[in-house]
Amino acid sequence: MTTHKRRIGLIVAAVGVLLSAMAMTTLGQGAEAPATGVAPGATTAAAPTKVDSGDTAWVMLSAGLVMMMTPALAFFYGGLVRRKNVLSVLMQCFMILCIVSVQWVLFGYSLSFGKSHGGLIGGLEMFALNGVGAAPNADYAPTIPHSVFMLFQMMFAVITPALIIGAFAERMRFSAFCILTVLWSTLIYDPVCHWVWGVGGWLKTMGALDFAGGTVVHINAGIAALAAALILGKRQGFPSMISPPHSLPFATLGAGLLWFGWFGFNGGSSLHADGLAGSAMVATHVAAAVAGLTWAGIDWIWHGKPTTLGMITGAVAGLVAVTPAAGYVTPAGAIGIGIGAGLLPWLAVTFLKPRMNYDDTLDAFGVHGVGGIWGAIATGLWATKTVNESGGNGLFYGDAHQLVVQLTAVGATIVYAFVGSVILFKVVNVFSTLRAGAHEERVGLDLTEHKEAGYTIID
Amino acid sequence: MKFIIAIIQPDRLDEVLAKLTEKEIHLVTVTNVVGRGRQKGIAEVYRSHKEAGSLLRKVRLEIGVNEAFVQPAIDAIMAGARTGQIGDGKIFVLDLPRCIRIRTGEEGHEAIG
Repeated sequence: MTTHKRRIGLIVAAVGVLLSAMAMTTLGQGAEAPATGVAPGATTAAAPTKVDSGDTAWVMLSAGLVMMMTPALAFFYGGLVRRKNVLSVLMQCFMILCIVSVQWVLFGYSLSFGKSHGGLIGGLEMFALNGVGAAPNADYAPTIPHSVFMLFQMMFAVITPALIIGAFAERMRFSAFCILTVLWSTLIYDPVCHWVWGVGGWLKTMGALDFAGGTVVHINAGIAALAAALILGKRQGFPSMISPPHSLPFATLGAGLLWFGWFGFNGGSSLHADGLAGSAMVATHVAAAVAGLTWAGIDWIWHGKPTTLGMITGAVAGLVAVTPAAGYVTPAGAIGIGIGAGLLPWLAVTFLKPRMNYDDTLDAFGVHGVGGIWGAIATGLWATKTVNESGGNGLFYGDAHQLVVQLTAVGATIVYAFVGSVILFKVVNVFSTLRAGAHEERVGLDLTEHKEAGYTIID
Repeated sequence: MKFIIAIIQPDRLDEVLAKLTEKEIHLVTVTNVVGRGRQKGIAEVYRSHKEAGSLLRKVRLEIGVNEAFVQPAIDAIMAGARTGQIGDGKIFVLDLPRCIRIRTGEEGHEAIG
């Protein structure tokens, strides 16, 4: 009978959410009436706003490309887990796509890009996208509709928590995962996003350079991943009894699609269809290629054979590292970033992980944390105003101060993401156990959490 | 010589292999299979998956051993695979008339270990 009651409870709750959503829609429409061209969250900026069709088309397309990165990540991660957990990873990625999209529309976007409160968090004036319409926002993107900017940013908010899955794959309870997704996005992603990209955000004001989300997305997720791996503990049988990735072709497919999507991630972050977007795309592509080569080369020397997994991991690490730098560095700078991105995450995965003895299932920390930190620091080395006038000069171009600013941004993000995530995971664990049961973990999360199997044995 | 076939729950495989290793039994062939037993293919929801034709996923172990290792192998499989719930599986012990190692052409007791 208790299950029956719980079901009724769930239905009542769902209807309640639906009704309140409808109420908000009506509310939003009323408030949107005076379309002034400036969002409620915007400060009075001088830049005139006029929708440019080329810019708009490019950012719309980029939003689609970045959206695709989450399913791509699902296949990248899905191929790397064991057969019995493939659906659980695909499911988690898709669930995040759905959950965070709703969170973003309701209040996530406003917390990130609303009127700043002390440089720490945005206000709630754009609740349920109040005032976010066809008119551009002068502060963020004066040549594209505000709604397009919001949509593009939404995809970043989606993929960031999805990256963390790599650390807790194969052993997290799905219900706890859903709760964590909402809370992490709201309490960790949205504030850090505001610090770095929101007008008035304290790191933005300080002059930290983060073109497409090195700190906001990769360090943030990578550090949360380390926290998750430490708190959840190791999988049964780790490290000796864990089967190898069940489908490297899936993982390679996922990595390839991530690379493709990254053109939108970094190129789109220019928010214009211009030379800067082109430059960012070149830097992105070069860094990925160099990092893939570097990792494969190190594997070849160290293990005697270049591996597929090494190559694709290197390429992804390169994409991660070039993310904050893409719009500020020359192709030569991107080569330097790519070499570091092949080397440093390789060292972390090969030596740091066994030494620290944590089970980061798919190396979310090793690739996104370490790669992201390298990228943010490397931006302070190779950034040059010859590429982007509104950027800065890095150490190699005569400005050591930029490096200090970058280190501050990295340090602040690491501390906030780690401490915040640890507290969050611990608190959620109190009322919704994070770790799947021992039996469930052995049988696999596909059957025990979703009552499905990824593959049949007999046709 | 005996040929041991064991049908076990998939999630017990690691444990069974560990127990076999403890008894110094290293040679084993493992296959994924589907089948049904006394529960007629209807499992408790969380224990296994209902397949087309009501067949459940199992793992099949095949081990060829000398007489001295028959009981240790059975003990190891029992220790690793037993949960006390329906669906734990079965062990079949068969006589094994011949065994040949392909590489060397050895036969019988030398070939099996």
